[in-house]
Amino acid sequence: MYDIIIIGAGPAGLTSAIYARRAMKKVLVLEKLSYGGQIINTLSIENYPASPNISGFDFATRLYNQAKDLGAEVKFEEVLKIGDGDIKKVVTSKNTYEAKSIILATGSQNRKLGLENEDSFISKGISYCATCDGAFYKGKDVAVVGGGNTALEDALYLSDIVNTVYLIHRRDEFRGEEASVNKLKLKENVKFIFNSNVTKLIGKDKLEKAEITTNNGDKSTILIDGLFIAIGRIPFNDSFKDIVNIDQNGYIIATEDCHTNIPGIFVAGDVRSKEVRQLVTAASDGAIAATEAIKFINNE
Amino acid sequence: MQIVEVDKNNFKEEVIDSKIPVLADFNADWCGPCRMLRPVLDEIASEHDDFKIVSINIDDEDELAREYFVSSIPCLVLFKNGEETSRSVGLRPKSEIENMLGGE
Repeated sequence: MYDIIIIGAGPAGLTSAIYARRAMKKVLVLEKLSYGGQIINTLSIENYPASPNISGFDFATRLYNQAKDLGAEVKFEEVLKIGDGDIKKVVTSKNTYEAKSIILATGSQNRKLGLENEDSFISKGISYCATCDGAFYKGKDVAVVGGGNTALEDALYLSDIVNTVYLIHRRDEFRGEEASVNKLKLKENVKFIFNSNVTKLIGKDKLEKAEITTNNGDKSTILIDGLFIAIGRIPFNDSFKDIVNIDQNGYIIATEDCHTNIPGIFVAGDVRSKEVRQLVTAASDGAIAATEAIKFINNE
Repeated sequence: MQIVEVDKNNFKEEVIDSKIPVLADFNADWCGPCRMLRPVLDEIASEHDDFKIVSINIDDEDELAREYFVSSIPCLVLFKNGEETSRSVGLRPKSEIENMLGGE
């Protein structure tokens, strides 16, 4: 029996593990893929307090080692189901574990456009990570879809590498920061396509064209080698959406105290319903969820 | 078997002319998921002698990357008798890579 089972070994989950181990609780972290979560895709983290210019990989590795050195157990198994009783069962692809409390820190994944042949063009023109794949499109024409900070940052990043960046957005105003929008407006090779959606992907062995449809229904085609999709993320909630309350977008509902509707089940990081999803807020959630879980266990 | 570093000079000898299947790992130093994947591949390589794993740095070997249409990394390409038989893009758990190697 573990005191706390943490599901997800990203910044939120591993920070929870650090806090729980420092309180001498028996901790198991379950992760289906690799430690670090989506931060490993970031080339250089510039906004984490007191750690400028650390790579996402180095950050994740240091965090992982810190949790392990403090005695957290980490197993690479996918969680299929959790229970909500006094003793909480966690069923994975390989085993069943029991814990007094659970912290859900599963994060989120890229939202897809939902076009018919989208998957078949992945790595053949479709990308969800500009900093990962941008270098492959040196001197070529690409498009970015989206209107938030990620889309704006992707367009800026790509504008220094590629020939032309089309920035396609379904509205006529961006949700992202004005500072980024202003920087983009100064770039001669960035072309804005407002009030439009990508409606078809065309190509033989790889992506060659995209069909754009305006909100009025007018269709046009752009020639591009790459399409970077930055239209937000979808929370990983499949294994427990029947147990804890989720909001209309699938995020697990909890306030800043990280309590879900089930006593003893807490939520931390990007999978929690909240406004700001940043590395530092994931770590912050991790600390709070662990502290609340420790309180819960000690009061039982 | 240890992972073999491959460039355009030994690609033919190590991959195309190999008698056993070859899993080619296209990667780069700046790619976080590639760095995550490497220890997993090291582990798989050390456990098997029936196939070979090679590493190709796409920054140094952009010709090879272009030739094999690699436009997203990490990208694992499985070669049998010099021909590509399957490919996997992105970070994958060990079990999935083993399935890719054993599932032919």
